[in-house]
Amino acid sequence: MFDTAMTWNDLMFMLRGAGVTLWITAIAVGGGTALGLVFGVMRSALSPWVTWPLAFVLDVLRSVPLLIQLVLANSFQAIAGFGWSPFVTSCVGLALYTAALCTEVVRGAILSVPETTRRAARSLGMTWAQDQTQIVFPMALRVGLPSWINLTLGVMKDSALVLWLGIIELLRASQILVTRLQEPMFILLVAGAIYFLISFPVARFGERLEKRWREHD
Amino acid sequence: MIEIEKVYKSFGKLEVLKGVDLTVARGEVVSIIGGSGSGKSTLLTCINGLEPIQSGHIRIDGTDVHARSTDLNKLRRKVGIVFQQFNAFPHLSVLDNVTLAPRKVLGMSRAEAEEIAVRQLSHVGLADKLKVYPSRLSGGQQQRMAIARALAMSPQYMLFDEVTSALDPLLVGEVLDTLKMLAEEGMTMICVTHEMTFARDVSQRVAFFHQGILAEIGPPEQIFGAPQHLETQKFLSNVR
Ligand SMILES: Nc1ncnc2c1ncn2[C@@H]1O[C@H](COP(=O)(O)OP(=O)(O)O)[C@@H](O)[C@H]1O
Ligand SMILES: [Mg+2]
Repeated sequence: MFDTAMTWNDLMFMLRGAGVTLWITAIAVGGGTALGLVFGVMRSALSPWVTWPLAFVLDVLRSVPLLIQLVLANSFQAIAGFGWSPFVTSCVGLALYTAALCTEVVRGAILSVPETTRRAARSLGMTWAQDQTQIVFPMALRVGLPSWINLTLGVMKDSALVLWLGIIELLRASQILVTRLQEPMFILLVAGAIYFLISFPVARFGERLEKRWREHD
Repeated sequence: MIEIEKVYKSFGKLEVLKGVDLTVARGEVVSIIGGSGSGKSTLLTCINGLEPIQSGHIRIDGTDVHARSTDLNKLRRKVGIVFQQFNAFPHLSVLDNVTLAPRKVLGMSRAEAEEIAVRQLSHVGLADKLKVYPSRLSGGQQQRMAIARALAMSPQYMLFDEVTSALDPLLVGEVLDTLKMLAEEGMTMICVTHEMTFARDVSQRVAFFHQGILAEIGPPEQIFGAPQHLETQKFLSNVR
């Protein structure tokens, strides 16, 4: 169907880019989710009087376009003399952005657990921590998981923005090939297919979990 | 023994308990009746320390519930409470709902906890529902599960807050029968209830709550037969 000049080497080049996309996404989502869990629990459990500085910073991270954050982070680390590579800077920037989004997912899911259910747990002699781990987290997980999956897929697509720091991830790799081979249609189709193949298992995994949980409801 | 002494409790500016005195002896069943919003639920949540109080004392077997030095998590093992809402843990099977606290709070092994849970669940008539999830249970069954869950901690006192109010009228009977059974077994109980027949038949004393105070307390024959307080008379003529 397609008569293309693209070679196996070119495809490998794209797949290496996809590998970078995967790595950055995994690190950002892993770190961002860990931070988001801590921040989300803090925001749900502590008074707004205590957490407003955190809430403010997270609001900024959520509302400023990611591209601006990445470029600013890169300039900042250079000025501050951190000596971070673009890869590290990208991971940190994307992780903080993920953390800001994830905090809201976690907070919302925790607040969805009825207060009376938590009272029932505490009245059985469970400590705050036991209530959190045995009741609140499992119940909140079922509520928050679909949003978290969406968040993860979103971050994977947003991770393309790190190309502005000179990282050759999947989209940048595709751009390079488009410039060289002048076959934008075909190459972008391949790139799209690779993005899909990465996302699909994540989405399916989420659906299967949800289905299993639904059997109890 | 539960001793409640001059308890005052406010939510912000709203004073809900205005000097409540009540002593409940071991083995006694006390029913609390009264209008909605009079502070009955609040009193129960103060007894097991879910809510703080502004002044007064609540002592359980001599331990001051609201003293700073009191380990509430430990105290609550002694005092079971069942609420109007069923409060099932929806992600756990019926059996796991009941074994959770004995395992996590009392440190029992799974086998020990399951033995107790099976006994308690059989006791309330749910022996055939062990592996089922709460969403598959009727309201009455969920409420009986909540009772078994509280009993699995071997409490010495049980507090019941309108446990039949959220139930389909057809299912009220099975839960009341469970409460009666507990009373006959000698459990010390405080039951907030709208079921006057239950209050009359099961309790040694009935307390009438009105606007944050215990307006009248006495044996069921007195409260239902010859209420002294004008508000008690009004309330009873309305519910009958
Ligand atoms: N957590 C709370 N915060 C603020 N007000 C409350 C809270 N719980 C109960 N109240 C108020 O306290 C009063 C007594 O409530 P409650 O003890 O539930 O009454 P009852 O159980 O007798 O119907 C009501 O006016 C109610 O609105
Ligand atoms: Mg009430």
